[in-house]
Amino acid sequence: MKIEWLSLIIFIAFFTSCEKLADEYGPVPPKENELLDGPVEGLSVEEQIQFLNGDIAFNDEVFTAETGLGPVFVGTSCVSCHSGDGKGHPFNQFIRFGQSDTLGNPFADFGDGKNQLQNKAIQGFQPEKLPPGAPFTTLVAPAVTGLGFLDAVPDESILSLADPYDENGDGISGRAHFAYPPEYVQIRPNSISRGGKYIFRFGKKAISYDLLHQTVGAYNQDIGITSLFEPIDPYSGLEEDPEISTQVVNEVVFYLKTLKAPIPRNQNDPDVVSGKQIFSRIQCAACHTPSMKTGYSPIEALSNKGFHPYTDLLLHDMGPGLDDGYTEGFAETSEWRTPPLWGIGLSENSQGGGLFLLHDGRARSIEEAILMHGGEAKNSRDEFNALSNQEKKQLLEFINSL
Amino acid sequence: MKTSIFYSPNYLIITLILFTLSGNLIAQNEDDILKRTKSDTTDTQLNMDAVYNRPALTINKAPVSIGGYLEANSIYAVEDGLTEGLSFQARRLTLFLSASINKRIKFLTEVEFEEGGKEIAIEFAAMDISFDPLLNLRGGIILNPIGAFNQNHDGPKWEFVERPDVAVKLLPATFSNAGFGMYGKTNTGDWIIGYEAYLSNGFDNSIINNSKDRTSLSSVKENEERFEENFSGDPLITTKLAIGNRNIGEVGFSYMGGTYNRVMEDGLQIDEKNRRVDVFAIDLSTTIESTGTYIVGEGAYVWVDVPKTFTQQFGNKQAGFFLDVVQPVLQKKMFGWENASLNVSARTDYVDFNIGNFTQTNTNIGDDLIAVTPSISFRPSPATVLRLNYRYQWQNDILNNPATKTATWYLGFSTYF
Repeated sequence: MKIEWLSLIIFIAFFTSCEKLADEYGPVPPKENELLDGPVEGLSVEEQIQFLNGDIAFNDEVFTAETGLGPVFVGTSCVSCHSGDGKGHPFNQFIRFGQSDTLGNPFADFGDGKNQLQNKAIQGFQPEKLPPGAPFTTLVAPAVTGLGFLDAVPDESILSLADPYDENGDGISGRAHFAYPPEYVQIRPNSISRGGKYIFRFGKKAISYDLLHQTVGAYNQDIGITSLFEPIDPYSGLEEDPEISTQVVNEVVFYLKTLKAPIPRNQNDPDVVSGKQIFSRIQCAACHTPSMKTGYSPIEALSNKGFHPYTDLLLHDMGPGLDDGYTEGFAETSEWRTPPLWGIGLSENSQGGGLFLLHDGRARSIEEAILMHGGEAKNSRDEFNALSNQEKKQLLEFINSL
Repeated sequence: MKTSIFYSPNYLIITLILFTLSGNLIAQNEDDILKRTKSDTTDTQLNMDAVYNRPALTINKAPVSIGGYLEANSIYAVEDGLTEGLSFQARRLTLFLSASINKRIKFLTEVEFEEGGKEIAIEFAAMDISFDPLLNLRGGIILNPIGAFNQNHDGPKWEFVERPDVAVKLLPATFSNAGFGMYGKTNTGDWIIGYEAYLSNGFDNSIINNSKDRTSLSSVKENEERFEENFSGDPLITTKLAIGNRNIGEVGFSYMGGTYNRVMEDGLQIDEKNRRVDVFAIDLSTTIESTGTYIVGEGAYVWVDVPKTFTQQFGNKQAGFFLDVVQPVLQKKMFGWENASLNVSARTDYVDFNIGNFTQTNTNIGDDLIAVTPSISFRPSPATVLRLNYRYQWQNDILNNPATKTATWYLGFSTYF
């Protein structure tokens, strides 16, 4: 056989194998439990379409000056702060400033009168500068996975975990953050109200009532995007036409609601099993509540489901070490909402290979984060310090498996 | 499970028919009316001559030549285990029209239809007046001579379906602008030296105001007004010095720079200062005589004055390169084609879109990609290439999180006509 015919046959055979070769020897998908993104199981086709639309808006849409960015801003897109739907990185950290008490009085009247420092600006504009003497805190973005489950927890379940006067004497006195919701949010059925205030559950100091509140606030305060819900431009302080449609906002809210809960790993590892027991024994689980259950949700995949977020959604006094002298809403300066621990073991994959934990990313490891706990968590921190090296390792392996 | 059409017997038959048909077509004689122009086969060519060194047809004794090229391909990509299946792409149809107005006055235009006509661009439309081999004036829509690929970008000249990343993702190839300038070359012994220098319209704010979320010179191509108005008001300077040796090859050094923003508008100040973009590129090409191995590559470094008040998402330094190695393995009469050749090749692409460290953590900023592309290509004639490429790419986001891995198969052709 002539060599050119042989070459042609090889060429065609090779080509006809391309798809199979790409499928079998191409990049393999990461394991499901190594990814933070992806939808919750059980979505209908219609819901998957909404999820996909929200996914595109959240992960692909980058704002420019022409599409509404700024003129002062913190990030250019949702994904710039929530890479892979995980925790943020200090390069996009942001500052909130002004309130040092619980009265809601801004320290300075910048732009829209809100208290997030707009630390970047498009060409020709200057970013805001922190007013001298203003109390402030620096924040890195939280992970956004599993938020739909937290959103669907009934108020009464959250209040059942609260012990504001430490009546059980364990030194832990978590309380729900009651605050006034904006007019545009729909109050959850069977919500519990106190003097017109409702339980806020999202944000480092539980400053957002629900995911719509959180989303339109982030568009507005992080990217400078006005919406029907938040029409005030952060730079001018004036009402502007919406720069994002209500449909897109709703799709992003749906996306955030239906992002899957992080899947724990290595749960049968003996060290992880032992670490889980230590986690409960030294009272970590008193605030980082392992299990919760959703109430009714119009999204069936989220309705009446048990899940394991390792948070109680309550505010806790974390002591002077984590007291930045700044607060939001009716939270005290040293109070922080218990952050969910689920997905913490995957944080390195969204934080560039390192770890930046606690509200401002100051802790570079899980152990460092534990050692920075104070206030209501002081006893647990002390008990951690008293553990043997083996027990510490087991506890850290358990937390890392979440 | 999806059944691949690649496994279909019909698909195999169609592929074989296409091969056979293409052979028959090539074998037909051209119409006597149409004469193919003789390309310059002297050894005094440099990359800068690429726009005129293309096959073209003349009609009788008309002083006009026409030509062009077409390229199309199939593509199958898998990104981190997920695929959207097989697609066919009609990448571009390009038409050349050239005329000798006078013995030393030439005109050439290149009009490109991309993505089935979605994008239509005059990539080149210039008049050249020659006073001396060392002094030629060129004006119109010129190809800025940054690197080599921008001027030498015709699909049939390359063994790869994708254009080099450094050329199209870092630099804005094909980058042309309204402008004027001069060029010339001279040779002595085996050496050839050429130069080019142009002033043209340039970049705009889209470098740092774009939906790519990174400093992007290529975003300027979305500005449809750039052939009518220079956004910054300052000309973009593009210069190149190329040195060739008949026995060694060619190396080129090029620079492109200018202001990309607008400081004043209607007498009002809208930015605090002029902001510059500067690009330096090196290109090389050579053929190893003993093996026939052809090596071509290009590297570029970009500096952009990004406002310090902007996000670090947009870097002020970028760099990248590509390197192609093409090895002919069969050069002989094949399937009736006299000058057929079968080549194996490999390309390496690397681009770092954001060089530097994060201010807050002093850790390396990511946003880079690296890709390797082995290729098998068959040229029934030098003007036509059938290409089978497999590209494997690793792309890091700005934080250097685990890379997105993409494997892509291409089968396509590109041919002058």
